Amino acid sequence: MTFPADQPLRLDSGGRIEGLQLAFTTYGRLNDERSNAILICHALSLDQHVASDHPVTGRRAWWRTLVGPGLPLDTERYFIICSNVVGGCMGSTGPSSIDPATGRPWGLTFPMITIADMVRAQAMLVEALGIERLFAVVGGSMGGMQVLQWAADYPERLFAAVCIAAAARHSAQNIAFHEVGRQAIMADPDWRGGDYAAQGVRPEKGLAVARMAAHITYLSEPALHRKFGRELQRDGLSWSFDADFQIESYLRHQGASFVDRFDANSYLYITRAMDYFDLAANRDGVLADVFRPARDVRFCAFSFTSDWLYPTVESRAIVRALNAAGARASFVEIESDKGHDAFLLDEPVLREALGGFMASAAQICGLERGAI
Amino acid sequence: MSQAVREDFKEILRLVRPGSRVLDVGCGEGGLLELLVRENQVDGRGLEISPEGVSACLARGLAVVQGDADRDLDYFPARAFDYVVLSQTLQAVQRPRHVLGELLRIADQAIVSLPNFGHWRVRIDLLLHGRMPTTGALPEPWWATPNIHLCTVRDFTEVCDELGLSIDASAALTAGKPARPMDPAREIENWRAEAALFLLSRRR
Repeated sequence: MTFPADQPLRLDSGGRIEGLQLAFTTYGRLNDERSNAILICHALSLDQHVASDHPVTGRRAWWRTLVGPGLPLDTERYFIICSNVVGGCMGSTGPSSIDPATGRPWGLTFPMITIADMVRAQAMLVEALGIERLFAVVGGSMGGMQVLQWAADYPERLFAAVCIAAAARHSAQNIAFHEVGRQAIMADPDWRGGDYAAQGVRPEKGLAVARMAAHITYLSEPALHRKFGRELQRDGLSWSFDADFQIESYLRHQGASFVDRFDANSYLYITRAMDYFDLAANRDGVLADVFRPARDVRFCAFSFTSDWLYPTVESRAIVRALNAAGARASFVEIESDKGHDAFLLDEPVLREALGGFMASAAQICGLERGAI
Repeated sequence: MSQAVREDFKEILRLVRPGSRVLDVGCGEGGLLELLVRENQVDGRGLEISPEGVSACLARGLAVVQGDADRDLDYFPARAFDYVVLSQTLQAVQRPRHVLGELLRIADQAIVSLPNFGHWRVRIDLLLHGRMPTTGALPEPWWATPNIHLCTVRDFTEVCDELGLSIDASAALTAGKPARPMDPAREIENWRAEAALFLLSRRR
């Protein structure tokens, strides 16, 4: 969807994006009351193809364990919307888009964006689709941050909110890992000060290293050990810097396949948006004050025991603030050794608990089973 | 109300003012909380240690946070609730005095039930048989019990006194029988009650 120039996206940084374009997918059918819509917010490196395989790359739907017929986010019952974030590279306006003023890719002239900007763009989309109030907003990781931002900025426009493996602000450690990734990209000679697209090159090595470093943070030590241990690719050592160990080969593969589907500048902008995220920054750090207007929203938060990127303590802080605000908050810490990645994997406890939460919320919201 | 409702739940339903805010600590699968919401129209919340219990509560539409009575009562701000319920759990926590204090920080009144180690059958098991007692309120053998801080009605009234808590109501509980109002100061009740339920508040 392209928004008319007189309907610009206003940005936290003070700028605006005119002619905003948002790529999105929908599943299921919007009921006559327009009351069964669920917005799914995607994580850093993901996209709008939440429940269908990517039409170009063929990459499997990233939340196929939770979104689909009969699943907790039931496409036969709800109208599911997922849009690529602003600043992304899967069809929404981002640094790889063409700047209408110059006719060249934006590159680093693209304005800085924030999580709140992403949410503001989603709110424009939801409104354009004729939906006054979402039944739910659901997301994991950076998607969970957007969920919290939705509750803070548009509490009257959502009935339920599900925040999985996220945090209300980025920690020093989170920022540190992102900075390593950004420096890797910017150190690649093919980055060309962000102008690589106009110059017909791509900082593939830098982006691949950024992805490799980030990928480690999505896993856990036990998961790495179980999957790879010290296993070698071939018999014996090569006595060189080739990928002797399976973990090296795995990471190289992760890096190499990522550059095929992701834009380096988008990676810079989106990681920066996450680093800038601190929901309570404008409220003297009192998160409860942020959630006070969202008292009527039904919240459910999830964390995973082995997630050290957005550890349980971060979800606990969210839940504590929600309780202090008098909101209806539920929280489940799920036992898993798969690290942050667990939110994308088939975790039966997540599936069951989320399913129960969604179904009961639908009932309370007045969405009749199977009647849409 | 169905016949199957536990007698201690009935007593709790009787004590809780309709329409009030209630936190059930150790709410399990949400049986009591659901009753309170349905019968007394309370604004109910729960704290439960097992993810399975929390899942079951979510499916019932209850707002429940996974956590542990010993560590996680600080989730809740001061006087956020009218009542907090701690049913048959105090004897299993690490720091019962701390937990009692927390209950009455969070809520104006606390409803606490516990097995009575002063019950005559407990005393006889120890006195005559020299064995760790097993009763209706204390069914597990010593090596499997989660109970680490058992006390008698008398011990409990003393600790409430030390903590500046007043006992506004109390009842003796016997499995399968209706709750019976009791005066916890009477020594005979410390012999007769298999388990006991108290309504506590901060002494003014």
